[in-house]
Amino acid sequence: MAKMMYRDAVRLTIAEEMERNESVVVLGEDVVGGMGTDGGPEAIGGIWSTSTGLFDKFGPNRVIDTPISESAIVGAAAGLALSGKRPVAELMFADFIGVSLDQIWNQIGKFRYMFGGKTRCPAIIRMAYGGGYNAAAQHSQCVHQILTGMAGLKIVMPSTPEDVRGLLRTALRGDDPVMFLEHKALYAVEGEVPDGDWTIPFAHARQVTSGEDVTVIATGLMVGIAEAAAEAAAENGIGVDLIDLRTTSPLDEEAILDSVEVTGRLVIVDEAPPRCSLATDLAALVANKAFSSLKAPIEMVTAPHTPVPFASELEQAYLPSPDDVEAAVRKTLAYR
Amino acid sequence: MQLSRDELIQAYRKMATIRAFEERLHDIIATGEVAGFTHLYCGQEAVAVGVCEHLAIEDKIVSTHRGHGHCLAKGCDVTGMMKEIWGSREGLCKGKGGSMHIADIDKGMLGANGIVGAGAPIAVGAAMSCKLDGEGRVAITFSGDGACNQGTTFEAMNMAVVTKAPCIFVFENNHYSEHTGFEYAVGTQKDIASRAEAFGMKVWRADGCDFFAVHDTMREILEYVRAGNGPAAVEFDTERFYGHFEGDPQNYRGEGELDRIRDTRDCLKIFRQKVTEAGLLDEAVIDELNEAAEADVDAAVEASRAADRPTAEDVLTDVYVEY
Ligand SMILES: Cc1ncc(C[n+]2csc(CCOP(=O)(O)OP(=O)(O)O)c2C)c(N)n1
Ligand SMILES: [Mg+2]
Repeated sequence: MAKMMYRDAVRLTIAEEMERNESVVVLGEDVVGGMGTDGGPEAIGGIWSTSTGLFDKFGPNRVIDTPISESAIVGAAAGLALSGKRPVAELMFADFIGVSLDQIWNQIGKFRYMFGGKTRCPAIIRMAYGGGYNAAAQHSQCVHQILTGMAGLKIVMPSTPEDVRGLLRTALRGDDPVMFLEHKALYAVEGEVPDGDWTIPFAHARQVTSGEDVTVIATGLMVGIAEAAAEAAAENGIGVDLIDLRTTSPLDEEAILDSVEVTGRLVIVDEAPPRCSLATDLAALVANKAFSSLKAPIEMVTAPHTPVPFASELEQAYLPSPDDVEAAVRKTLAYR
Repeated sequence: MQLSRDELIQAYRKMATIRAFEERLHDIIATGEVAGFTHLYCGQEAVAVGVCEHLAIEDKIVSTHRGHGHCLAKGCDVTGMMKEIWGSREGLCKGKGGSMHIADIDKGMLGANGIVGAGAPIAVGAAMSCKLDGEGRVAITFSGDGACNQGTTFEAMNMAVVTKAPCIFVFENNHYSEHTGFEYAVGTQKDIASRAEAFGMKVWRADGCDFFAVHDTMREILEYVRAGNGPAAVEFDTERFYGHFEGDPQNYRGEGELDRIRDTRDCLKIFRQKVTEAGLLDEAVIDELNEAAEADVDAAVEASRAADRPTAEDVLTDVYVEY
């Protein structure tokens, strides 16, 4: 076991895979940091410090600092992947998928299907998402609700350093394109990580707390929020079966349905807005496949249908809180 | 120098206001009183003011993440801006946008922008609107040396040329995009203007740390564009005095670089030196203008501290015009 931060888990895993496999290359804005300056190239290693040291170790052909050109960054990842390389492209903020969406959606996600299964496109696009930093409407968003609907992409949302290790290894060793979503509020979170070369398969949800009264589903930062609510509920004798999805595509349907079969009550916690979202997708799944198990309406704790606001008071009200989750748990339990 | 005494005073006062505003924010952000991602404009004041002093309220500008200077130069209210950065509901954008999204459409200020490269296409549209109105108005987009590498900026330049839109692409080359050096990231090396020229525009280049160079150059450009010749571009060589954002350790700077640019490339010092040497304004007047700017900022900070805070209900408003 080793204690490490979420950001270090990202960096270490990329470094190890680069060591293992010569075809892994890293690209993005400031992933070296300091290129073309007097301060020297290894000044920062990405604004999230997730590529620090890689340039020194692997050189300019495998750690590529790019201009501010998200369309070309993701497009280059597509071309690298089609040519047999394993690119790990970084979008500093998930919000910048807006600039590069064609390459993600119409290119990377569709090559294999359009080409009749004749190609592989193992491009990994890493991006920092989520709110909590007063970073306002263009630097705080979730994007999993958009990307999960795109067939051909795999969507990964690790909530702990351990999961970063296991899931990023799987991403880097698999042959499909992966959108690797890192919550910016988790980068400095520390956790124990087992030693050795192990992986976590996709569509393999994690049971965070177990209980028989209510099922709660969460991803990314929301796992911690839901866990706090589950702990508070436990003090009142309420057992929460908390499921961290880990990947939203592919989805571990079985874990969800098995849990709801036992509890009959479901609360879905999602940092994204509520319309056409992961929350509505999961609610539809359960309504469709576990209808007879349900004892109460499905509760959804989400952000509102608005952009992310700037001021602290507004952003706090915007983001789901442990209190919101606890209230939803109580509400579903109160339903006769 | 074709400026009257009043014009000189007004220009310096605006530059001094931007400087005071940003330096105050630098200090306040360090204490944690104000949150968010804040990119300060210190060092580049001569560009915003040298450009905007030529503009009427009907002319439009589109700004960047480093937008405070552009906003103030275009006439946004000092206190309204400070309150916005404070996240107050009395702020210019009710505390919903913050530093990176300050806008005042009535002043012809179509918004700071958190997405690098998003501004140039918007300015082309605003310029098309000016052309439709036929009153000789123009739209100006400010872009950094980093933003000039974004495909959106390329597309906007070509489209402006093709449509003969009265759009002016102002490139502020402060030599860095975040931590990356301009000489690394801009393939044309030492030059953004030649790239714009290749799109089919007439281009200018000037020292962005010299207000008079900026102002004179812009006079020529505006005459050219207002006359219906289509778009134009200009590259101003300038300096950023603080980090990319507040909290940036700036490891990428060379030794002594910050001292050197503060010493030799400070547009306020250069202005002072030029006008006092030419006998146009005396030192005491400049000092008074600095004090007046500080007083404005004092008042803005005080008002921001006392201003109303937004509440949870405010999250839901302003998404649509009609619900
Ligand atoms: C589309 C997009 N990509 C990246 C960023 C992150 N970012 C913000 S400012 C910046 C550098 C911009 O450099 P430049 O255009 O030279 O402007 P300056 O900061 O020097 O004023 C970067 C990379 C962003 N906000 N938007
Ligand atoms: Mg720059």
